[in-house]
Amino acid sequence: MNKEIVLEVVTLKKWFPVRKDIISSLLSKEQTYVKAVDGVSFEIRRGEIFGLAGESGCGKTTTGKTILRLLEPTAGEIRFEGIDLATLRKSEIRAIRKKMQIIYQDPYESLNPRMRIFDIVCEPISVHELAQNLSERREMVAAALEDVELSPAEEFVHRYPHELSGGQRQRVAIARALVLGPRFIVADEPISMLDVSIRAGILSLMLKLELKFHMSYLFITHDLAVARHVCHRLAIMYLGKIVEVGPTENLIANPLHPYTAALMTAVPVPDPTAERIKIAISGEVSASPTPPSGCRFHPRCPCVLDTCKSIEPELTEVNKEHLVACHSATTRQ
Amino acid sequence: MRLLPWNGRIIDGKILFDGVSIVDLDEDSFRRDYRWKRMATVFQGAMNALNPVMKVGDQIVEAVLSHQLQEKQNALQRVAELLALTGVDPRRASSYPHELSGGMRQRVMIAMALACNPEFVITDEPVTALDVIIRGQVLKLIKDLQRKLKLSVMLITHDLSVVAETCESAAVMYAGKIVECADIVSIFKKPAHPYTQCLVNAFPSIRGEKKKLASLSGSPPNLLNPPVGCRFHLRCPSALDRCKRDEPGMRDLGNAHYVSCHLTD
Repeated sequence: MNKEIVLEVVTLKKWFPVRKDIISSLLSKEQTYVKAVDGVSFEIRRGEIFGLAGESGCGKTTTGKTILRLLEPTAGEIRFEGIDLATLRKSEIRAIRKKMQIIYQDPYESLNPRMRIFDIVCEPISVHELAQNLSERREMVAAALEDVELSPAEEFVHRYPHELSGGQRQRVAIARALVLGPRFIVADEPISMLDVSIRAGILSLMLKLELKFHMSYLFITHDLAVARHVCHRLAIMYLGKIVEVGPTENLIANPLHPYTAALMTAVPVPDPTAERIKIAISGEVSASPTPPSGCRFHPRCPCVLDTCKSIEPELTEVNKEHLVACHSATTRQ
Repeated sequence: MRLLPWNGRIIDGKILFDGVSIVDLDEDSFRRDYRWKRMATVFQGAMNALNPVMKVGDQIVEAVLSHQLQEKQNALQRVAELLALTGVDPRRASSYPHELSGGMRQRVMIAMALACNPEFVITDEPVTALDVIIRGQVLKLIKDLQRKLKLSVMLITHDLSVVAETCESAAVMYAGKIVECADIVSIFKKPAHPYTQCLVNAFPSIRGEKKKLASLSGSPPNLLNPPVGCRFHLRCPSALDRCKRDEPGMRDLGNAHYVSCHLTD
């Protein structure tokens, strides 16, 4: 795999202000924020599928959207092929958008129900004025549809989304993302709303496209078994921070952070005879906008030390390319 | 549960509950003696099935009082018991659904279903949309309750791993028909129907060797016009000529393992 870095995210933050009620505004209480993404750093290389995994509310989707500047970053750098996207003006971002695209989770919501498939896939071409005439547009749309195995393309171009199945709609969404020839795609839970028997087909399509076009993906998921199947490297997020990151097989074989370890044991196994020893972690992710002091996981952690309650751990390299943010894990090494 | 929408009708067949044909009962008798008393449901999308403008405690009280003649005081006591049973702090009875997390709302739905001490509970997609760790907690709760209260549970789901983790036996459905029915180990280790085989092999696993995932082509049939013969034949990797003409009957492979497939003949 080419080691060239396509995307480098440096201490990215996205904070959402919490609306103050009248009394607080009058009393000029300090603005509180939901710190959805609170200092996230990672890099993605050419041709790599980088997984970002975690439960709902950990900030993974917000990270994906902020990278594409679909949400404005609060702080940090987003270096795409060397250029810091966070500093660009809106008009400059548009040009870069040809190279970075997104596939959403819900194939039922992400396609305009009133547009035919041709128009849906053609829209990016028209917006970026990439084709000179209708004939060129037709060619580009047909090529994109063939690439996603919706073949023959003529059978699909005149249809509306409701005439297609979930899996076919997701293929259309992928075609729409592909048609501009992007180098980087954010895939936000691309298969979680599809039937289990269809998912593998979409995953294998994404892998094929990655090889054919030498693209990189940020693959956002809550399903670690799927992440294992497609991602070269994997980062685990919790309450706005990355707690562990490294080559997927290493993380799975040897999870260093207690949260990662608990997640691994909680992953469903489709085998009734498998032994299921679950690492119990209590409670649920805190709903309060203010995260716990020190390490954000400490209230639920089975290995909590005193330091964990006051000092936030930094991501530290423990094995080759395998980093973890955990006092307990780093002292054990 | 006789809760079909206005345009759904039971046109044939029997539903025997403890030997009694409940399809033939009139609505009043069914409601008085069976629904919620002896059989209850935890509905799909529990997150949204709760009334958003009522406190959750009041919703469970409503369930109790609709089906049992009781003093409100006793009903409130029952609510506290049910919440404790399902692992929810009884003080949360005065919360509104939006103040509870997804996992807690699911527990409230389970508490509501158990309100009148039923023998049989249907849980419809009980952990869909729940995160992996909460999912584990809720499935454990269902199993613990089943053991403690000696319940019979029917768990409806599209997620085979939920079945693997929780159930003792399973029936696989396709296009309105049961295609295979067996104990859980047979379903996963010796699936006889091609559809079951595909479902079992479509799961990526976090453990063991990384295997090639199975995938089905096409999509489920339109039930306004189901295919002739076996309803699965258009997507079946092993379809025979016969499958296109004759619908297979249910065959007993022994050991209470039933399958509906010409390939097993």
